[in-house]
Amino acid sequence: MTFNPTFPVTPILETRNIVKQYAQHRALDDVSLSVPKGSIFGLLGPNGAGKTSLIRIINQITGPDSGEVLLAGQPLHPSHIQRIGYLPEERGLYKKMKVGEQLLYLAQLKGLTERQAMEKLKIWFTKFDIKPWWEKTVEDLSKGMQQKIQFVATVMHEPELIILDEPFSGFDPINANLIKDEILELRNNGSTIIFSTHRMESVEELCDYIALIDRSHKILDGSKKAIKEQFKTHTYHVDYQGDVGEMPAAFEVVNSQPADDGFTRADIRIPPDASVNDLVRVLLDRVAVRSFGENIPSMNDIFIKAVGK
Amino acid sequence: MKTIILILKREYLVRVKKKSFIVMTILTPVLMSAIWLLPVYLATKNTDQKKVQVIDDSDRFGKVFKTTDELAFSVTNQLIETAKKNFQKSGYDVLVYIPANIMDDPKSLKLYAEKNVSLGVESGIEDAVEQEIENQKLIAAGIDRKVLESTKVKVSASTYNLSDEGEKDSSSGAATILGYFFAAAIYFTIFLYGAQVMRGVLEEKTNRIVEIIISSVKPFQLMAGKILGVGLVGLTQFLLWILLTIGLSTALSAVMGGENLAQKRMEQAAVDRTVTPGASNMTPVSPAEAKAKKASQADMLTKVKNAVGTLDWTLLLICFGIYFVGGYLLYSALFAAVGAAVDNETDVQQFMLPITIPLILGFIIAQFVVREPDGPIAFWFSMIPFTSPIVMMVRVPFGVPIWEIALSVVLLIGGFIGVAWIAARIYRVGILMYGKKPSYAELAKWIFYKA
Repeated sequence: MTFNPTFPVTPILETRNIVKQYAQHRALDDVSLSVPKGSIFGLLGPNGAGKTSLIRIINQITGPDSGEVLLAGQPLHPSHIQRIGYLPEERGLYKKMKVGEQLLYLAQLKGLTERQAMEKLKIWFTKFDIKPWWEKTVEDLSKGMQQKIQFVATVMHEPELIILDEPFSGFDPINANLIKDEILELRNNGSTIIFSTHRMESVEELCDYIALIDRSHKILDGSKKAIKEQFKTHTYHVDYQGDVGEMPAAFEVVNSQPADDGFTRADIRIPPDASVNDLVRVLLDRVAVRSFGENIPSMNDIFIKAVGK
Repeated sequence: MKTIILILKREYLVRVKKKSFIVMTILTPVLMSAIWLLPVYLATKNTDQKKVQVIDDSDRFGKVFKTTDELAFSVTNQLIETAKKNFQKSGYDVLVYIPANIMDDPKSLKLYAEKNVSLGVESGIEDAVEQEIENQKLIAAGIDRKVLESTKVKVSASTYNLSDEGEKDSSSGAATILGYFFAAAIYFTIFLYGAQVMRGVLEEKTNRIVEIIISSVKPFQLMAGKILGVGLVGLTQFLLWILLTIGLSTALSAVMGGENLAQKRMEQAAVDRTVTPGASNMTPVSPAEAKAKKASQADMLTKVKNAVGTLDWTLLLICFGIYFVGGYLLYSALFAAVGAAVDNETDVQQFMLPITIPLILGFIIAQFVVREPDGPIAFWFSMIPFTSPIVMMVRVPFGVPIWEIALSVVLLIGGFIGVAWIAARIYRVGILMYGKKPSYAELAKWIFYKA
């Protein structure tokens, strides 16, 4: 099953006009978000924008000064803690405690019984092939191994909403891929994932929806597709051989530079209401085209553009 | 509540399973028993009797030397020169020569030995000779020794006090000791286990596990679970110490075969004082005096026993329980707040001061309170929750009106609730703060942050 973002979905999480004030500064100012159920939701923003403050409010670690948070339509309640899994950015484990004992403890804090926890952990330990770690103390594990354990601790109680703050930091590419696959599988099994990161390539790859927070305000949100649509520049890139000569006034060559083998690469902007076909026709008449395509803004571009405003 | 118990269980088990806990728990009673039993053991094992040959040219001291555990005397009629010549083969350890003119020249007493003569042996012999000379001189002067002894007044015997309830043995000696003991136990427990709470909080912070935990539980639950868990560790350790010390002492004394070990110890102590002079005991003690001392020590022992019997043990132990737990809870909440406020152990010192000052103050005040258990200082400091666990425990063995105890306990509970409230608020904010070390002003602001 693949996710179809155009299909109308009920939000699993809504924040309404959240304000959080600390002594000197306002960490969140009127932030309203809606996270569709079953999506992977990217919560983006530069350092210190207020992402962690928002995540802590959702996890009931702190409360908002005003505004409300709804989980599946209900105002946040202490019992909701069990339905959320949270992997903080600043994360660690008890160093002297054995891995198995520690996970059982954390699962019980999330409301699982010891037996339930044991069953769930067995599945995860088999899946990650880490059974021999059960009796090891955490300090005997490498950092990457500890990250895996932390990931298991986050998801073992099968939460409906999983919040991952910079989940890939500290992972090597192989383990990062493993976690990426797990995230997708969790989503496909019905969980919703909120995913806070600076790494735009993983946003590009995983997220269905994003929200961008900058200096305590939400400045952008929506489906990734819609946002890309919103940010597209109507420019097309073309690789060609020959000389285009004087282009019609509607088509503006914004960038042109020689590529290899005597080819030239150019970016051409067209008016929003113009037809791409017209551009292609003009080009075909004049030069030998090797490749042609639309310049779709990357998340990185959008991030820089939106935050830099 | 279920969550607090879960946390408590982890805090308790992690600490109890630690090697250092097990080692400390076992080693301390072993050391305590050793300190108590080693001197007794050594004293009872010391059967190394020295043989002393006496040559008495003055013919006055034949019956003066009585064989003891340490010294076996035998008077021989030999010329001193021959005895000296044969000494090495004779099997004697010490040779004593009393010249004929000993009465006129007491310094002419001579001791010969192969190795150096121990001070104990020397003074034992000196004492015997000295006393006999004294006796003979008294007889010569016509004074009866008994008359002389009756003139010696024992000033130290007048330590009886008259209490309100008539002529009851005063328990002030025992009360002082008990008061100190209780105060010290509370003082050290607070420091020992309060610091453990602080380190535990700090560990969670530096491990960065705290945010994972408080996404599942309320910060207050985490703090409460930790304080209670460590407190239970403390109680467990104390209980094990007491049981093991009693068990070990009993077992060891049984092994040594002395059912009257304590008695022997007392006697031994008395004997030690006559035979082995310490640095301060250079003037010899006469056997009569030693006997008197022994008697007075035995008297002391029964006195202490009686005094201990007159104390209200039920009240004492209830009070100890309340102040022990109350004091620990009050201070460990503060220790937890300090642990939450800082990032690493080196920054702890700054915030420890406000915690340690009232504790140390309480301990200092205790010294005055022992002297004046009903004075205004004693009263007020046994009401202030920060000092009452120590100061009140010093007062209780002397007898304190129930209403004072009740008021002090109510204040302590109130104080604990107030302190825990403040500590919980500092804790709640502090555990998620990394980086800069906060100032007191910032801590004060944390207290009023909205949750």
